[in-house]
Amino acid sequence: MKKFLLSSIVVLIGFTFIGRLSYLQLFSFSPDQTLEDPAIKAIYDYPERGYIYDRNGELMVGNQPAYDVMVIPREVKPLDTLEFCKLLGVEKTDFIAKMRKARIYSPRLPSVLVPQLSKEDYARLQEKMRHFEGFYIQKRSLRYYTTNSAANVLGYISEVNENDLRNNPYYVAGELKGRTGIEKQYEEVLRGRKGIQYIQKDRFNRDIGPYKSGKLDTLPKQGKEILITLDKKLQEYGERLMHGKRGGIVAIEPKSGEILAMISGPTYDPAKLVGRERSKNYTKLHYDTISKPTWDRSILAEPSPGSPFKTLNALVALQEGVIEPSTKFTCYNGFYVGNTKRGCHCGGGVRDMNSGIFQSCNAYFAGTFRKIYGKYTTTDEGMDVWEKHMKSFGLGGYLGTDLPTGRPGRIPGKAYYDKAYGDNRWSSSFIISNSIGQGEVAATPLQLANMTAAIANRGYFYTPHVIKSIGGNGGIDPRFTEPRYTTIDRQHFEPVVKGMANVYKYGTARWLRIPDVEIAGKTGTVENFVRINGERMQLTDHSVFVAFAPVENPKIAIAVYIENGYYGARYAGHIASLLIEKYIKGEITRTDLEKRMLDKTLEHEYAKPYSGEPFKINEYVW
Amino acid sequence: MSGRGLVRRIDWLTVFLYSLLVFIGWINIYSTTLTDPDLSLFDFSTLYGKQLFFIVLSFFVIVMVLFVETSFFERFAPIFYLASLVLLIGLFAFGKTIAGATSWYDLGFFNLQPSELAKVTTALALAKYLSDIQTDIKNRKHQLYAVLIILLPALLILPQPDPGSSLIYFSLFFVLFREGFPLYYLVILLVAIVLFATTLMFGTVWIGIALGIITVLIFVFKKKSAKIPLLPFSAAIVVSILFSLSVNFVFENVFEQRHRDRFALWLSLEKDEKKLEEIRKTIGYNTYQSEKAIESGGFFGKGFLEGTRTKGDFVPEQHTDYIFSSVGEEWGFLGTTLVIVIFSVFFLRLIHVAERQKSDFSRMYGYGVISILLIHYFINIGMVIGLLPTIGVPLPFFSYGGSGLLFFTLLLFVFLKLDSNRLRDGL
Repeated sequence: MKKFLLSSIVVLIGFTFIGRLSYLQLFSFSPDQTLEDPAIKAIYDYPERGYIYDRNGELMVGNQPAYDVMVIPREVKPLDTLEFCKLLGVEKTDFIAKMRKARIYSPRLPSVLVPQLSKEDYARLQEKMRHFEGFYIQKRSLRYYTTNSAANVLGYISEVNENDLRNNPYYVAGELKGRTGIEKQYEEVLRGRKGIQYIQKDRFNRDIGPYKSGKLDTLPKQGKEILITLDKKLQEYGERLMHGKRGGIVAIEPKSGEILAMISGPTYDPAKLVGRERSKNYTKLHYDTISKPTWDRSILAEPSPGSPFKTLNALVALQEGVIEPSTKFTCYNGFYVGNTKRGCHCGGGVRDMNSGIFQSCNAYFAGTFRKIYGKYTTTDEGMDVWEKHMKSFGLGGYLGTDLPTGRPGRIPGKAYYDKAYGDNRWSSSFIISNSIGQGEVAATPLQLANMTAAIANRGYFYTPHVIKSIGGNGGIDPRFTEPRYTTIDRQHFEPVVKGMANVYKYGTARWLRIPDVEIAGKTGTVENFVRINGERMQLTDHSVFVAFAPVENPKIAIAVYIENGYYGARYAGHIASLLIEKYIKGEITRTDLEKRMLDKTLEHEYAKPYSGEPFKINEYVW
Repeated sequence: MSGRGLVRRIDWLTVFLYSLLVFIGWINIYSTTLTDPDLSLFDFSTLYGKQLFFIVLSFFVIVMVLFVETSFFERFAPIFYLASLVLLIGLFAFGKTIAGATSWYDLGFFNLQPSELAKVTTALALAKYLSDIQTDIKNRKHQLYAVLIILLPALLILPQPDPGSSLIYFSLFFVLFREGFPLYYLVILLVAIVLFATTLMFGTVWIGIALGIITVLIFVFKKKSAKIPLLPFSAAIVVSILFSLSVNFVFENVFEQRHRDRFALWLSLEKDEKKLEEIRKTIGYNTYQSEKAIESGGFFGKGFLEGTRTKGDFVPEQHTDYIFSSVGEEWGFLGTTLVIVIFSVFFLRLIHVAERQKSDFSRMYGYGVISILLIHYFINIGMVIGLLPTIGVPLPFFSYGGSGLLFFTLLLFVFLKLDSNRLRDGL
């Protein structure tokens, strides 16, 4: 037995060792540990981020150099902290906190200590840096804006966070990444690809030559420049008009689906989110929860569309064959739903389609709407048909633009009402508000603009988009060049377009005519109720306007939505008219109109519900 | 004795395994110490060049040993032993200090480490004493003498300080056990080690509970007929618990902080992540780097001369005590397993050879050789792969170091020489 004792010990030791080795080399081993390996250091060569130009090739976004002070914690030697902090212009407590954070991230990999120094600071620091081991200055390129507009479309870039680092192995701490808008959507195109050079290091972190003779090294790939569909001048002008107003504007070129302008008010200068003040500014914008400057109203706000929606009801009714353009309804300064009267401001009388549209008669469209679902034996069936027609205009669902955000709006169908009121516990009187674009229908300004473009095109539209070309040779997603047809036949559009043109000639927008340009449009005045501190109250109506011009061969379709702007022709109508003139003629002839829009703000209106005082809504005086 | 007969009788399998280990060892020394690939292999300015020189020198030592009369080793064993004790004592006066340990004589062209020599002579002396016809292993007094033979050099080496080498001598107890030293000494020792480690990890309360459960289990599952001597059994339990109680006291008051840190790391005692990180960077730095290097080798390894951590010199002392980490990084799991297998076969072969000896002296010396080599192998690789706390001993035939290689070779080939004579002059 003693003979075998030693032999079994030898075998036991052997198995123990092999067991431990399999744990280390088979189980703990991960194949992509080049990045983890302290013996290999990657040196990055960053390409310049692609420039962004507007549709006319005018530069909107370029680059400017910035300098980050980086730290590699384990290489830091004891230093005069106080002097160093003074040099960098940071507080000592901040410095210590940042150093700790850097060490937690990795003692070996560089972290940003002080981001984005200006050129002057850099010059001052550069010569002194070498006294502080473990610190160095990394040149980066930051965005530089030649416009103070379009922050909502362009988006911004910011340093990658822990999440990005975890989710995408491409990024290394301190790199910048598109967060919103175009910067996010076209991140990979704009960013290019950094070049990597691997260096073999020894234990004292000295370079001892290229790793594997540089076999794994890669060259940087330049970011591509892109052209976007915005018209810089129009965008800037629109934002000036939005001064002191909340709302969203979207202008689309109907024959291509290209978004010409996309304005959200209030907005901010994109340059605010660049440089050392970035985080302070961002916090300020982010926490403004009352005016919400970072909330892109042009694409995220979902108000009821109001009267512009009547045009679609007219089209559906024509397509379904339940009315002719000449079919007449009588308006009794309102109409009856059961025994309840609902009001109308058109002045009353007998209305056909033309005057129904240009006078925006509620009674006419209530009647039309009844006929649509009245055609079918059950309301359910009628609703389904109506919903299908509406959705073919890109309403009640995501449009599929190339912006990283958006809202679907709402076209309420049978399922919606069943859910809201209980199965079959609702009747046609519940849905009649949809006839005039009130009630449950909701649409983003982008959807309204797109719907207008579809009318301008007499029956089809292109998915709205902001990309015009990538790297100078097109290369945009083919889905943006495929027309999407509505379910309405072409011939039904003419009477509706005629009514919309008459809105400017005789109707609700007759004061907003543009000399020498024939426009078709539709006003909207949207009643709105809000809940503030748990109390439901009605505020001044939203002002909505859709329009396209010229009537024949349209160049621009636009939707304007101004919160609490009162009736449609007031703020929204003014702004739409000015923008169309600006785009088509390049100049403004009606300077009084322009001056009014540039001067007037709605701040007093927005302050009302928060004032704590009783207030009046829908005040007629300017 | 004719040279031809010697060639026939030598155990070639052992010689082959020995050569293989030396060769693989040198390959890895070459990789870890290579700085300029243009230098020749024999360039003495390089460490691998020096090592190659000692490998050649070892060959001459082998030839020398094989041509010496067998009885020479047996007869002069006590003299050699005493001489090496004198050398060890002489260190206190004339020793050369390298890396804090006064373990060397400076002989000009190379540094002699008497503790290496003493391994050979102590094994010889122990075998000589135990094989003496007048020695009775059952006799307490003789047991004490045998233990003293082992402990004397160990005690002389300890204050150099070189606790690692000192520890090696304890492996010679295997020889005693093989020759009839009561086994329960070993059992008691093992139980003490296990109790020590488990007490540090779980605390006395849990040890008490565990002992209670074991007691209950023994009484529940024992055969009806089996009688357990109640008094010794309960005494053993009580002593165990007392021992366990004393562990914390010894740990806190007798050990120094650096020792505590090693245990803290080894047994994962430190729960505070920050302090653990601190220990890892100081005491545990070598082990940490070595584990990482081995881990990064994966299954196939990074390839000869391609180990990034080896090249970057990340593992301190890689060419000496941590040479096995270079195998792990460059040759991967395949390489490490192969080396373990070669060592295992080597030891099993040596055990086989030892057991076939007719002469008690030869067998006992053989066991001494195996014990010494095995404990080196066990402690060294155990440390490099992070199973054991850091104890600085070289990996036999592998680690860089001329003195080490020469004496390990001497140790082994004296045994092979004895083996080659086993049929001739048995007793």
